[in-house]
Amino acid sequence: MGAGADRTERIRGWSLAAPPFVFALSLLAIPICTIMLFSFWTQDFLTLDRNLTLANYAEIATDPLYRQLLVRSILIAAGVTLATVLLAYPVAYFVSFHVPQERKSLWLFLITIPFWTSYLIRVFLWKVILGFNGVLNSALLGLGVIDEPLGWVLYNPTAVVITLAHSFAPFAILPIYVVLERIDRSLLEAGRDLGETRVTTFLRVTLPLSVPGIVAAVLIVFIPTIGDYVTPRLVGGPDGLMIANMIQTQFLRLNNAPMGAALSVVAMASVGFVAAIFTLALSRWLRAPR
Amino acid sequence: MILRVYVLAYMVFLYAPIVLLPLFAFNDGTVIAFPLQGFTTRWFAELPQTPALVQSVRTSAIIAVSAALLSTILGICAARASARYDFSGKRAVLGFVMLPLVLPEIIIAVSLLVVVLALGLQLTAFTVILGHTLICMPFSIAILNGSFSALDRSLEEAAVDLGETRASSFRRVTLPLIAPGIVASLLIAFTISLDEFIIAFFLTGTNPTLPVYLWGQLRFPAKLPVVMALGTILVLSSVLLLCLAEWARRRGVARTGRMDGGFLG
Repeated sequence: MGAGADRTERIRGWSLAAPPFVFALSLLAIPICTIMLFSFWTQDFLTLDRNLTLANYAEIATDPLYRQLLVRSILIAAGVTLATVLLAYPVAYFVSFHVPQERKSLWLFLITIPFWTSYLIRVFLWKVILGFNGVLNSALLGLGVIDEPLGWVLYNPTAVVITLAHSFAPFAILPIYVVLERIDRSLLEAGRDLGETRVTTFLRVTLPLSVPGIVAAVLIVFIPTIGDYVTPRLVGGPDGLMIANMIQTQFLRLNNAPMGAALSVVAMASVGFVAAIFTLALSRWLRAPR
Repeated sequence: MILRVYVLAYMVFLYAPIVLLPLFAFNDGTVIAFPLQGFTTRWFAELPQTPALVQSVRTSAIIAVSAALLSTILGICAARASARYDFSGKRAVLGFVMLPLVLPEIIIAVSLLVVVLALGLQLTAFTVILGHTLICMPFSIAILNGSFSALDRSLEEAAVDLGETRASSFRRVTLPLIAPGIVASLLIAFTISLDEFIIAFFLTGTNPTLPVYLWGQLRFPAKLPVVMALGTILVLSSVLLLCLAEWARRRGVARTGRMDGGFLG
């Protein structure tokens, strides 16, 4: 084919890609730029002051309340990520290495089903499970494991971590599974033939080769959890509230959109920063195998 | 063996909330706790007699159908461009449209809200549709990418050689082959939109969507058994939609004769 055919190819490709691209540009890129602009404005009761200023950021930096919320959000998100990925890895490993080929998609389907069912109701049911008179306490009391209900499982950061580890389970399982599936099984046999045990083969072959999946799982769990609003609100109690709850309060309760915008920008920047550090730290294992 | 037990325990953890839901929905008591009080269907009977609930179901259905159609149409464009054509900036463009998948939803919600505020527009069902289309689009693209990349290009070329135009070969050859992918994309996008809370919470106008209505009800302990009944119906319908989507996806995979990579895999 000549250059002319190449050109039509390119034009056709672009005109097909254009509608989704323009849509995402106008509903994602432009709004995010707008929110950055808003964050440099200030709200004085009912009037919006359009003079550019760093006042909102200064307030976030100095007010201990905002700093505490931000630090707590990052810590809770990190805890959720750790718990979710640790709990998910053996499941991904099981499906990839122990489930027969023809049953694998059924297993993946079973793992994703709970994720697709009403998010609000799922979180609310965790409140029911973890509550003082809840399912967990009743069961433990009934079994005689404890004498009085545990009060510490609901309305604190632990409850947030448990509930979010449930919500984000498939986000951790699927990327790890995909990477495990790609591992050349003959490498494992080679390891065994060379005298490694099952455990050392896992530690020295399978685990290092699955790092890209773990990194993907960590990022895909960590980034959205920081912005979760429902879970901290329903099961977190006063000590489990996160940055999204404050963003909502600023926008919808205090009518202070610029402050909410500044908090959103700071939250995005923190997430990006932590994610970048993490990816850099593990970059040694992320390079394509030789 | 230990691994097997662990995976079983993990599945119990995953399914615990869903299994408890119908227990409380049919429980003849106003408190959501054990021990159960006996069997009743009165919470289900109350559902159609709540006008605000019926209205919110209608609003959610309109929004979910519109968002599913829009995101599938945009998804077809993106997946077709990705599978069929080569052009400069392709990777950047297609990566960018997948971005809503990894952004915290609250950021998407507030940034759209800010634009609506800045332009002085009204919050309506339409603003929710736009927001939902944005977050459904990456899922539609991922599903349709599977359909388009499995497609044998020589089939279309053969159709053109046999005298079909480009448009008619797309309609008569390509479309039937990717139809299962389109059905799966529509169903998944519909399910996501129907269940989405945060964006709807920020962008909804005077008519709340079903999750926004539910959120309001969660504050009233007396309303909880009805919420459980509603939740049971929602879970059942989501599972039904997903089974349909999975069935459509598998039929698509079978049609093109490719290896099955699993759901969203």
